[in-house]
Amino acid sequence: MSKQAITLTVNGVARQALVEPNQTLTSLLRDELGLTGTKHGCGVGDCGCCTVILDNETVNSCLVLAMQAQGREVLTIEGLAKGAELHPLQQAFVDAGAIQCGFCTPGMILSAKALLERTPRPSREEITKGLSGNLCRCTGYEKIVEAVQDAADKMSEA
Amino acid sequence: MSGNFEVIGSRAPRKDAPNKSTGKARYIEDIKFPGELAGALLQSPQAHAKIKRIDISKAQALPGVVAVITAQDIPDVKYGVSPARYDETLFAVDRVRYVGDEIAAVAAEDLATALKAVELIEVEYEPLPVLLTVEEATAEGAPWLHDQFPDNVCAQVEQEFGDVEAAFAQCDLIQEGSFFSKRQDGAFIEPNQCVALMDSDGVLNLHSSTQVPHYVQRTLAMVTGLSMSRVRVVKPYVGGGFGPKASATPIDLAAGFLAMKTGRPVRMAYTREQVFLFSRARHGFTHHMKIGVKKDGTLMALDHQATLDGGAYSSFGIATVYYAGSLLGGPYKLPNMRYHGLRVFTNKPACGAQRGHGGVIARALFEQQMDVIAEKLGMDPIELRLKNMMETGDVTCNDLAMSSLGMRECIEAVKNGSGWDQKKGKLPPGKGIGMACGFFVSGAGYPIYRSETYHCTIMIKADEDGGGIVVYTASAEIGQGSETTMAMIAAEAVGIPYEQVRVKSGDTDFGIDLGAYSSRTTLMTGHATKEAGENLKAMILETLAQELGIDQSRLDIKNGLVKISGEPVDFSAIRTGYIKEHRGWQDQPSGEELTFREAARLAYLRLGTLVATGKYKPPVLGGKYKGAAVGTSPAYGCSAQVAEVSVDFETGQIKVERITDAHDCGQAVNLTSVEAQMQGSVSMGLGEALFEEVKFDGQGRILNPSLGEYHIPTVMDMPETKCIVVESGEPNGPFGAKEVGEGAIMPTIPAILNAVRNATGLVLDETPLTPERVYLALKKQKGA
Repeated sequence: MSKQAITLTVNGVARQALVEPNQTLTSLLRDELGLTGTKHGCGVGDCGCCTVILDNETVNSCLVLAMQAQGREVLTIEGLAKGAELHPLQQAFVDAGAIQCGFCTPGMILSAKALLERTPRPSREEITKGLSGNLCRCTGYEKIVEAVQDAADKMSEA
Repeated sequence: MSGNFEVIGSRAPRKDAPNKSTGKARYIEDIKFPGELAGALLQSPQAHAKIKRIDISKAQALPGVVAVITAQDIPDVKYGVSPARYDETLFAVDRVRYVGDEIAAVAAEDLATALKAVELIEVEYEPLPVLLTVEEATAEGAPWLHDQFPDNVCAQVEQEFGDVEAAFAQCDLIQEGSFFSKRQDGAFIEPNQCVALMDSDGVLNLHSSTQVPHYVQRTLAMVTGLSMSRVRVVKPYVGGGFGPKASATPIDLAAGFLAMKTGRPVRMAYTREQVFLFSRARHGFTHHMKIGVKKDGTLMALDHQATLDGGAYSSFGIATVYYAGSLLGGPYKLPNMRYHGLRVFTNKPACGAQRGHGGVIARALFEQQMDVIAEKLGMDPIELRLKNMMETGDVTCNDLAMSSLGMRECIEAVKNGSGWDQKKGKLPPGKGIGMACGFFVSGAGYPIYRSETYHCTIMIKADEDGGGIVVYTASAEIGQGSETTMAMIAAEAVGIPYEQVRVKSGDTDFGIDLGAYSSRTTLMTGHATKEAGENLKAMILETLAQELGIDQSRLDIKNGLVKISGEPVDFSAIRTGYIKEHRGWQDQPSGEELTFREAARLAYLRLGTLVATGKYKPPVLGGKYKGAAVGTSPAYGCSAQVAEVSVDFETGQIKVERITDAHDCGQAVNLTSVEAQMQGSVSMGLGEALFEEVKFDGQGRILNPSLGEYHIPTVMDMPETKCIVVESGEPNGPFGAKEVGEGAIMPTIPAILNAVRNATGLVLDETPLTPERVYLALKKQKGA
């Protein structure tokens, strides 16, 4: 199998890459583009650590082939902050103490971002549904839910 | 409680949180070294077999393969966790004992080639009988897994404190019960991974996702035959541990050998399936208890038997089997206790330590039986618990000294916080409420190996311009927040703002630290950090006192400012000197008070770089009996929880709706982190109570080695959790602090069991409480 060239937009920047036909989007982001904020947890779509936003939808990037991203737009955790200024969700996670080991955090924040775009003022139930594909073993999720609520409040006020 | 702290007790944001929120925090898989080779393990597909022949020639001949190693290529050294029970070799010598036992390792130019080479290694097995249960392993004539352990007994414990039979003779009620739990997996989200390389000094460096850099360093040195000073272990950020990452893994050791052999960096990683295969997580426990009480509810005696299905190697098991008994000594006054513990080898992955090490299921059964006793005596379960509760200063029958014990405050807090009195006995059908208590050590009193070593040492260096300090610690930040905790303790001890402290951790070059296990870091590393901070402050103040020509006792530092008591003192020469040295800077010191910055700069100019150290090891602790080293600790954290559940009688489905949780951590160093540990504990306990079970087929193969099939709680499974922090002020802890990481899990399972019993009348004796188990129990109850 030979590598193929693809073009895609990652965090607002046009990128080109040579990818293997069986290479995952996780691997493209981490290994080719150096965006290691996308975590590699299980490789089979169970844990949600590798969640990224592909054309406004969250995906487990381990279940997406890099080639499927051809011509599409990817948002990773590295694309959220504006310079030194954290995205309101990132700031809320820091402030609420919603981060412990941090391995689930990038995926969790991206799932939350997609949720808030669909539902700017989510109920607790909507938040838990929105984050249900992201496993966390450290926090018991309580402070994560709080953080998403806080961020939703702040982003709606703004 | 709380003294006049500037930093301790606040909700300072975690040091690592911003980088973890942006993806900048680096875990082992994010750190690459030039020229890396990929390593892979050959693991046994057989649960129990003799190895007749290993042929690596085809693997070696595969283009891209750089090295293949088996037991023949490395020193014949046994290792493990407890030196008295070293029973593992890195590679199987002549026999494999579980599906996953390591046979060989390969290093190749890329992972695909390494995996292909693993497939090309030929192994001829001669199958042996597979022993998958305690019953099979202890049956007459069963083969022994290890020649040095007759009858597959890994460890046996016999303890008696007081006179149990005499006490039973005086009891009005003797309650008996049993409990059966299943093997759990740690299910940390980051699978184990490491990279080993020889550095330019000829030192073997291992970068590893571990909770215990020191123990990994020690094991790697012993197994390779290198001296400790030729091995360095560095831990980057770690994606959770919870116990199973508390010892050296076969990939840590294999990567080390392969790096030595090839001269190149070698990376090895577990897949999620291999995490399950390596295991070292919670044992499956079987407990039987006989508890004697007087009719007024006074606890008199406990006769307790525990059997642990240990898997193929000892790992932490000797400690686990002792903890399973010793942690029932409190928090109730229990004058007589007998314990018979047994850990048995089976042909499954070895079990080890996991949050609440050894004590979780023992606690679950004991607290469940307390509720049954209360009902039989016509008492409220809370009343029975309060009647028997120990007080600060009490010592258990097995010599655990409760130097602080906020158990009563915890019980009152969850009683009021949950609305117990309004709910107990007044809930509609299908709803239940239950409570339970528990406690845990605040650090193991002794290292895993016998030694007089300090348990931790700390270096603090002041920045030469006086702008702040750096804390160097070999302790392990694994997500619990220890870097933040040490930064706060250092800031408090030196008297500077939290923002002026940086922490460098997780590197064995920084000193000794036994690591993140047994809920030890806050108390132990905290003590050493506090001492180092105080020493640094004393160095600075001594120089300053000489410079100002006043007595040092008049000086202190608080919140970054020098406090001078008594008559005003002219420090203008120091300020002028500092300002002259920093011409061009925009943030020159100003104001009425001398700053830490000026004082620390002055001390540097007089003394050179300012480095202060601190150290800690526990004082000699109680207990002269065999096994006293497991359970004795400088302090004990304790908690109470109330669980509210609903049970669907049609399906057996249990939903935990609310948890009210109180924990006595002595003094919260960081209030947010304390709550975070409590909430995380509830989630792990809930998973164990309701979902988690590692399942095997008849050949010893794991049936559910993935996070899709092995169900840990998702956000949708979590109840509303109310956390109440109790601060009893621990005299043996730094600034009064003690543990929260593991004590907080102890009441969760029994609180849920008691709530389910309240809803259904069922005394369920097996976890997890799957819908199937509950449904069948309900059906049986209906039929009866």
